[in-house]
Amino acid sequence: MANKVIYAVYEDPEQLKDGARKLVSNGVKVKDTFSPFPIHGIDPIIGVKRTRLAIAAFMFGITGTCLALLGIWYFNIFDWPMNIGGKPSQALYKNLPAFIPVTFEFTVLCAAHGMVITYLIRNKTLPGMPARNPDPRSTDDKFIIEVRTSDNHGHSAEAITDLMRSTPVFEINERQY
Amino acid sequence: MHSEAAIREPLILGHKTYHDITSDIVSPIENKAPRGWYILFTIAALIAAYGTGCILYLISKGIGVWGLNKTVDWAWDITNFVWWVGIGHAGTLISAVLLLFRQKWRMAINRSAEAMTIFAVIMAATFPGIHMGRIWMAYWVFPLPNQFGSLWVNFNSPLLWDVFAISTYFSVSLVFWYIGLIPDFATIRDRVTKPGMKKMYSLLSFGWTGNAKAWTRFEEVSLVLAGIATPLVFSVHSVVSMDFATSIIPGWHTTIFPPYFVSGAVFSGFAMVQTLLLIMRKVMKLESYITIKHIEYMNIVIIVTGSIVGVAYITELFISWYSGVEYESYAFINRATGPYWWAYWSMMTCNVISPQLFWVRSWRRHLGFTFFMSIIVNIGMWFERFVIIVTSLHRDYLPSSWNMFHPTWVDVGVFLGTIGIFFTLYLLFARFFPVLALNEVKSILKTSGESYKKQAADHSHH
Repeated sequence: MANKVIYAVYEDPEQLKDGARKLVSNGVKVKDTFSPFPIHGIDPIIGVKRTRLAIAAFMFGITGTCLALLGIWYFNIFDWPMNIGGKPSQALYKNLPAFIPVTFEFTVLCAAHGMVITYLIRNKTLPGMPARNPDPRSTDDKFIIEVRTSDNHGHSAEAITDLMRSTPVFEINERQY
Repeated sequence: MHSEAAIREPLILGHKTYHDITSDIVSPIENKAPRGWYILFTIAALIAAYGTGCILYLISKGIGVWGLNKTVDWAWDITNFVWWVGIGHAGTLISAVLLLFRQKWRMAINRSAEAMTIFAVIMAATFPGIHMGRIWMAYWVFPLPNQFGSLWVNFNSPLLWDVFAISTYFSVSLVFWYIGLIPDFATIRDRVTKPGMKKMYSLLSFGWTGNAKAWTRFEEVSLVLAGIATPLVFSVHSVVSMDFATSIIPGWHTTIFPPYFVSGAVFSGFAMVQTLLLIMRKVMKLESYITIKHIEYMNIVIIVTGSIVGVAYITELFISWYSGVEYESYAFINRATGPYWWAYWSMMTCNVISPQLFWVRSWRRHLGFTFFMSIIVNIGMWFERFVIIVTSLHRDYLPSSWNMFHPTWVDVGVFLGTIGIFFTLYLLFARFFPVLALNEVKSILKTSGESYKKQAADHSHH
């Protein structure tokens, strides 16, 4: 039997969630959903894990803090301590209050850009990538559930489409792959 | 499904479907621009060209062509710098702070406010750049290894803090804006039919799919960026204010500056957002999305921040007397009654008195009045920076060196030029970019759309 991918197209995010709930409760594995905006509450239904991007941002931020302090210590304390206006650069901890603004800005710079670059790479959204959504309407007003027969050996394609038809679905499309 | 109290005014008027939102926002991009756009663009581009000419003239001749003198050695350039950075603050406030407070009305205005921020920060960054005189040595502001021995930048200096604050602010605002734009570019990509446009928006949309995990990540990135952009936006104008506050010039040397500058920045930024949006909603027919309620919310922010600014002015005045420092007192007496009294009283009228008029409900919901007020506030905020900078400098400790500042045609040309460049960039944005955050506006349609709210209300009556 050829592998099939089945798309259930909905017109409303709530209807999609009802549909996904019904499929999952009947033991069908939902591969993914495609929507024009985030569907709140879909992740636990179809088993999408929480993203760890915030942890990555924290790591990038801490790296930024350390780099900034190390750099400032090297430039202004170790390599060439200057005495400007009777305020000598003596030790990192003594000048720390004056070093906080740049340290803060550099922390934010590293956290923000590090996280955004990670986000783009993890999402595989990079300049020049082709569009990979199954239906162009999914960025406009349609909400789509994707089910693959290769993930669901216990169910026939007909059984899955029947199940989809019992939900408030707008249309069902099948494709070989 | 989450539903909203019936007494809250709807944020999307009329009966709209998801597809209507896409069409309303994308069709101006697909179709030919209206005549008004070409007229405005021509005017803005001409002013921008004149301003660019003035900047090139300035760079070739040196900053002696400005009206600066030995006493007033900082004037319009730094006034314009602070004015533009301040205007930039509203965009990040709307996109980051209001996101953390879960304000749904930000959805319709954040995209264009962020664009405004980015263009305003570019204009701001122009001024310290050209003020260097030798702009080709601008990279000296960064701690780079160099051939002069161990010569590093001074990390104790607020001017260097500014370099880091402004560059971080600009680049973080830019990526924040672009992350939000990617899904909307994908919407345009999947809709347009002309091959050239399809190609361009495919490139811009980075192959966005909109699958469940991508949206989870999108929301996480938006939230974390908002979380770190919030202290960032407050730090940026605080650092700008420290350019003055850490000096020992009477009139500048005040600890109230950071909060006072930040609220002034938000105040002027919202005024500029009003100016731009009131024109844009009319020209691009966005009355259903940028409603009177949105305008009213922004006017309320203007009352709040304007009142904080007013309290700051009066506190500053009181402390100059209460401190008993005669130089400090003189700086303030001179501001109000000296040769620059007209600048001081313009600032007081525009920034302290005029925003209080918005306490009248029908006035803050009146479009024409709001537009007029937005211009007044921006004039007032320009005068605020001019008053702080020039009146504090022009009469220093030596009465023999007291002097006035007279701008030259280059001062005026560069300032007008940045306004021209700003509007040119903004008009290009309005022509080719989705001016509303499509994905965010769609996400509030069922809770805050007029017809859906009415349905929900009818439902609960039965």
